[in-house]
Parts: sequence; structure tokens; C-alpha cells
Amino acid sequence: MAQAPAAAPLALNEEAGLSMSDTMTLAAADTKIRLRGLSKTFYTKSGAFTALEPMNLDIPTGCFFMIVGPSGCGKTTLLRILAGLEKQTDGTLEIAAPPKDCPSNSMVFQGDSLFPWMTVFENAAYGLRMRNRPAGEIKDTVGHYLQRTGLSRFHNSYPHQLSGGMRQRVSIARAFANDPDILLMDEPFSALDEQNKILLQEELLRIWEETRKTVMFITHSVDEAVTLGDRIMIMTAHPGRSKLIVDVPFERPRKVLELRARPEYGELVYSIWGHLRDEVQRARAQDEGQAK
Amino acid sequence: MSQQISTSAGKSRRPVSSFRFSQDAIERMLNFASPVILLLIWEICARLGWIDVRFFPAPSKIFDQLMILAKSGQLWIHFAASMQRLFWGFLFGGIPALILGVSMGLSRTLRMLVEPVISATYPVPKSAILPLVLLIFGLGESSKIFMVGIGIFYPIVINSMAGVLEINKIHFDVSRNFGASRWQVFRTVALPGAMPLILTGVRLGIGLGLVLISLAEIVGAKSGLGFMMWNAWEILSVETMYVGLLVIAILGIAFSQAITELERYIVPWKHGR
Repeated sequence: MAQAPAAAPLALNEEAGLSMSDTMTLAAADTKIRLRGLSKTFYTKSGAFTALEPMNLDIPTGCFFMIVGPSGCGKTTLLRILAGLEKQTDGTLEIAAPPKDCPSNSMVFQGDSLFPWMTVFENAAYGLRMRNRPAGEIKDTVGHYLQRTGLSRFHNSYPHQLSGGMRQRVSIARAFANDPDILLMDEPFSALDEQNKILLQEELLRIWEETRKTVMFITHSVDEAVTLGDRIMIMTAHPGRSKLIVDVPFERPRKVLELRARPEYGELVYSIWGHLRDEVQRARAQDEGQAK
Repeated sequence: MSQQISTSAGKSRRPVSSFRFSQDAIERMLNFASPVILLLIWEICARLGWIDVRFFPAPSKIFDQLMILAKSGQLWIHFAASMQRLFWGFLFGGIPALILGVSMGLSRTLRMLVEPVISATYPVPKSAILPLVLLIFGLGESSKIFMVGIGIFYPIVINSMAGVLEINKIHFDVSRNFGASRWQVFRTVALPGAMPLILTGVRLGIGLGLVLISLAEIVGAKSGLGFMMWNAWEILSVETMYVGLLVIAILGIAFSQAITELERYIVPWKHGR
């Protein structure tokens, strides 16, 4: 990691809002993200709070990488560090330089993150507009993703006129339309009902098949992790660290419901649950301890 | 009209909707009727001599005077003078207030630096600084413009800042993640997000501006609606005083209505919720 060229990372570092010494550009093409001893501690009035214990991780290019863990385990903190919204306390984060004219990453946020004062089209076009892309390109690209997410008819609507599922689709279209090198998704479907969730998972897989970008996807649903991911990292209860990484053997392209009908699917979900159960119980014990 | 009612009734299949339509009309009529009834009572009382017409001339007399002043062109001269001062005061007070307020909402450092000054000077009655303003700016236009400006400055600066602080933090995270520059954050997140409260500030500011312009024109001016009323006192033309009051009242209503229209146009996402 130390042999990374000194000049190349500049653009990336500015993009991610991180200082040069902590983020470097990966030379190897097959690894997209590499963490070495990355940790995060928050310092508050009530004392230090370790959100992430030192973590090592390599994510290959084009991998659909899932992170599952009990709530409060630092999943979101990890994603926010990757997005450049938070800075690690220690350790290094290396991200492969994105192709020219391509932003390093775009995030699909948890909850309602659309700008209420922009129409569906303006929301989806946000990333491209911030990069001052030509109007024609914006119209074509955004039009494509709005069509893929079934929102073409609503391009002039405001978010408050849409249902929760539709708003989340705009948020996904916004991230895809920006054409980032890496997609970061923070529990994008957690607020949706089961039927909408399955439909959106299928939609996401279909759009992802077009480009096969590297994805980091946080979820608390083991089903979702196995359905979507190539590789699943199970995190421990607070303080968060990687407990186990599991490969998902299912071929692509996948059909959500057909996949779920297979016995191997159930077995994999069951075994991951076995690892996760202890952590969820520990997290719950911590919560109860705090409540007292 | 009848078609409109039948479609809306047909959609919801409730006869209630047509009933509510007429209820709306009744409410609108009541709104209009109350000032008319008040004026009628006033007129009757004045004619029957139940009130002293030296202080409360009949509305018809005030209206006559309004027509006289309008025809002679005097009213328009004063009206135009006041409007001009309002316009420049609004520009010189409002735009810096908007930029400063939004910037204060965005920057913690700037907020820490400027907020104490604003909190300390805000409670000072603006009318109380008129002598000082006249001393500094003289009797010319600039003192009047300054008074309007200062009246408009405070509500807008305070509301702009509050408006930005009320924006959900996630929207700033989104703009950062999508690589927005400082100026882009200002333009695409802070300004539109704060706009509903900014417009409330504008509404309050215009009201205060009208108060201060009347006052400033009474003390040190040779034109304007405030001067017209003060001059009327000196020549004992009570009707002209009432004309001035009436015009200022109408101005207040007109501005308020204009801002409501503006809101519908600038913040369409706040309506129809």
C-alpha cells in the first residue's frame, strides 16, 4: 500500500474529503477497496466511543459486497468513512482510482434523503448537475434510469407526492445516474414492506447487471444479504469488527423468488443466522445494560 | 360552474362536496362582508352625528378626498416617493440579510461571530434610532432608505439562518457525497431549503418596512405618504390623514397577497401536502 504513486491520489482524496496520508490509490486493478487497521472512535462529552475496531478488508472489483450486523455495530460508520463523510481515527483506506470523469462513489442513504424542493428528475440528476455535465447527457442518462426504475411518468412530481417505495427508487436512480465507480447502499430497503422490498431487489439486480459495479450494501436482513450479495461480511455487536466473511455461491443473473425456493438458499441463510444470532443477543444485552 | 360541481361529486360520490363548495363561498363572503358592514355602521354614525366627524369623518368623505388627491396627482407623487424608498430599502437591507443569514446557517464559525451582535441590536426599537440616522445620513433620501433597510434586515437575517438550521442534515450529506462545491451547496440545498422561512421573514420585513417608512417621512421628508399625513395634520385636513392610512393599509394587504402568490411559485413543494 505504501508504494502507491504520490501524485495520482490527489483527485480522489479531494473527492472523498480525506487527507492524503490516510487514503491511497490502489495500483492493483482487481482490488477496488482495501482497508488496513481502519478504526473509528467518536469523542463525545460522555467519553470515547469505539464505533469500529481495527478492520482489514479487501473488496474485489465488481463484487456485490454485503455487510450484516446487529444495529449499532458501526456498519453505517464504515460506509460513511468510505463515502468521505466521516474520517477514520486510525488505519488506512485505499480506493482504486476511478476512470476519468467518473466519481469515486455515490451513496444511497438510509431513510428519506431526496431533496423535497426538487422534482424527481432534478433529484435523479443531482450528481450529474454538480459535475456540470452537458444538459443532453443529463437528460439521456437520467431518463434511462428513471425508465429502468419505472418513474418516467413521475419525473415532474415532487417527493411528497410519491410513496415511500417510489422515493427509494428515485434515490437509487440518483446514485446510478451519477455513474460512480463504487455504489454505497445503506439499508436502502429497510423502511419498505415485504412486497415492495422483493420488487426493488429484483429491480436493483437488473440495473446492476447492466454495469456490474462494485457495491457495498448494508442490511440487517440475512435474506437480503444472501439474495443480493457475492460475499457477506458478518459484523460483531458493538464495538464493531468483522466476525466472518462468507461467499455466496449462487450464479448470476439471479431471480429473487426462484432463488429463495432453493434448499441451498435456506441452508445458507440458516448458517449465517447461526453466526449472527450471538451478536444480536449481545447487542440486545448491551442495550438492556444501558437502559438500567 | 355546474359541471365542476358534478365532476367533483361524481368522483367522490358524496353529495357533501357540493355542500362544502357553498360553505367556502359563504366564508369568503363573510371575509368581505365584515369590513363593509363596519364601514356602513361608521357612515351611519357619522351622518347621524353619533360620532365626532372632526376626528372620524364619514367614509364617503374620505373617499371623496381620495378622488380629489388622485385627480390632482398629489397622491401619486407621495405614493411613488414612498414606494421608491421601500424598494431601495428592501434591496439594500434584504439582499445582504439573505446572504448573511444563509451563510450563518451554513457556517458555525460565522454564526458564533455574528449572532451575538444581531441578538444585541435586534431588540433596540428601530424607531428610536431615527434621530441618529437623521444625524448621520441627513434629511435626504438615504436616511429613509436606511430606515426601511434596517427594518427589513432583521426578520430576513434571522429567518434565513433559522431556515438553514432547520434543513435535515442528511441533505448536506447527500450534496457532499455527490461532490457539490460550497457555492453549489448554498444554491441547491441551503437557499431552497430555507426558502419557506425566508419568505416568512420577507412578509414580516415588509410590514416593519411600512411602519418605519411612515415614521421616517413624518419626521424628515417633503414627500411620501408619511409626509402627506403629517402635512394634513398641520393644515387640519383629517380626511387626507385617513386617505394616507387607507393607502398604507391597502399596500400592506397587496404585499402580503403578492408574497402568497410568490410562495406558490417559488416553493411549490410546500403546497398541496
